[in-house]
Amino acid sequence: MKRHFMKGCEAIAESALRAGCTFFAGYPITPQNEIPEYMSKRMPDYGGVFVQGESEVASVNMVFGAAAVGARAMTSSSGPGISLKSEGISYIAGSKLPAVIVSVMRGGPGLGSIMPAQQDYLQATKASGHGGFRMMVFAPSTIQEAVDYTYKAFDYADRDRNPVMVLVDGCLGAMMEPVVLPEYHVASNRGEDWVLDGCLEREPRTVLSVSLTAEPQEQFNIEMEKLYESWAAKDTEVEFYEMDDAEIVLAAYGTSARIAKTAIDMLRKEGIKVGLIRPITLYPFPYEAFENMDYDIVKHVLDVEMSIPAQMVDDVRLGVLGRAEISTFGRSGGVIIGVDEIADAVRKLAKGGALNG
Amino acid sequence: MDKIYGRPESIRNKVSTYCPGCLHGVANKIVAEVLDELGLREKSICVLPVGCGTLGLFYWNVDMISSAHGRAPAVATGIKRCSPDKFVFCYQGDGDLAAIGLSEIMHAANRGENISVVFVNNSIYGMTGGQMAPTTLENQYSTTTQKGRNPLTEGYPMKMCEIISGLQAPRYVARFSMDSPQNIIKARAGIKKAFELQIENKGFSFVELMSNCPTNWCVTPLESLEWMRENTLKVFPLGVYKEVE
Repeated sequence: MKRHFMKGCEAIAESALRAGCTFFAGYPITPQNEIPEYMSKRMPDYGGVFVQGESEVASVNMVFGAAAVGARAMTSSSGPGISLKSEGISYIAGSKLPAVIVSVMRGGPGLGSIMPAQQDYLQATKASGHGGFRMMVFAPSTIQEAVDYTYKAFDYADRDRNPVMVLVDGCLGAMMEPVVLPEYHVASNRGEDWVLDGCLEREPRTVLSVSLTAEPQEQFNIEMEKLYESWAAKDTEVEFYEMDDAEIVLAAYGTSARIAKTAIDMLRKEGIKVGLIRPITLYPFPYEAFENMDYDIVKHVLDVEMSIPAQMVDDVRLGVLGRAEISTFGRSGGVIIGVDEIADAVRKLAKGGALNG
Repeated sequence: MDKIYGRPESIRNKVSTYCPGCLHGVANKIVAEVLDELGLREKSICVLPVGCGTLGLFYWNVDMISSAHGRAPAVATGIKRCSPDKFVFCYQGDGDLAAIGLSEIMHAANRGENISVVFVNNSIYGMTGGQMAPTTLENQYSTTTQKGRNPLTEGYPMKMCEIISGLQAPRYVARFSMDSPQNIIKARAGIKKAFELQIENKGFSFVELMSNCPTNWCVTPLESLEWMRENTLKVFPLGVYKEVE
């Protein structure tokens, strides 16, 4: 199988192209600039359209329009830009349209730092816009996974007519790894009954997220809740690493999880029984992975994130439900977490010490 | 007997819920007449704004998308770039286009997007209840300028045709009024001109239609027309501001 040595952001862009993405609009922000740059170069070769919007707000609304006429459409940004795009993401969700949003996280809040962080977990999974909608959020931890999940994100977006987010941090966006690229997708779902293409010999269609009365709006919310619940049952993805006899369980995603694995390999050689639960879908969150742990064996759960305060830990708590002690360890602001730092934290727990408090 | 006048096919057979005397209905109708005349109904996608213009949702008989406040030109950009064979027009009000959407309209115009924008200017926020718009006149009452708009603190009326015609890319920029039958006929011809340019793939066109708001101006429909002639039309002169064949 042919492998390509690619930078994370460029691999994500190439994967989107191969998934049949024919419209990309974006606005420069570090550390994701390679995505729009790559798209600007490659899109025209594939009959697609690249637009550098005048703002994040405009870019996501261009995606909104492109999605309404049946294009596989994508935009990308980093935290401050995703905040601006949140208006448009909400309209896309409210209008039942498919779109893919890539968020490459940096330190925050505010303008923050341009270095890799995981400080947009809550933004991605809890309220990426107004009105209480949800979207599937994939958190790859290798560039190969970033390629695979970006590719799949378009299928999920089409299936549910809902935005899907691929959430990586600046580390994955900027580093290079060998990847196997997917085959070119042949779009097959267009011409569906929601696409705006002019009302030739049919009744006009509307794409809208507005309801002037309360009950239809509530009905929409009820239907969407059913959709979100269906994801939990069939679309949750999680990886277990060295979990068979783990007494200390690390919870980490993305780059943190990858670094945690190296720490686990090191600690296992020291005889410390430590494992990892890595949520791949951050929404739906793999609560079951934590609910079903054997709490006669598991003594401690250590949530590891490049975020202070920790954000994913709220979901970890909902899975653990008080049956084991939970601590958090993290770096923030753009400081990449170290293998030794994680290992030291685990050693301290293994000796019965406390990390927090 | 030959039928010489009727409801355009591009408008649904519905009772208008615009306020009594509001000229949005006239704007809807003349746009629809031009769509019919140019045979565009079945290839049209209308991008609706936020505000009174959203009510077009109930009246237009074409494919439509409802965009966020001010974002219609960005949404239209995505639509037209992906569907260059469709006819794409935005219908926006002054609060939508000249305040929160100023960036989107300026950049869509500057890119020369091959879309048509119909801009209805009644110098006030209608649907939200009569607040000051960028187009509100000096000393004009609104619910947020209750002593009249003071240019020293609230600035001067924003003149969109004058601003947009200063850009290089737009092909047609013109302002018309709907205060009289004669002016409505001229406005209709301007809309037709704008739409024809898009059909010919010639780029961005912008038609401003001077309108009224009897409800929020707190006058009768007839008084509102007089008020337009005595006030708004003096601040917003009618005419073709830019035309590139």
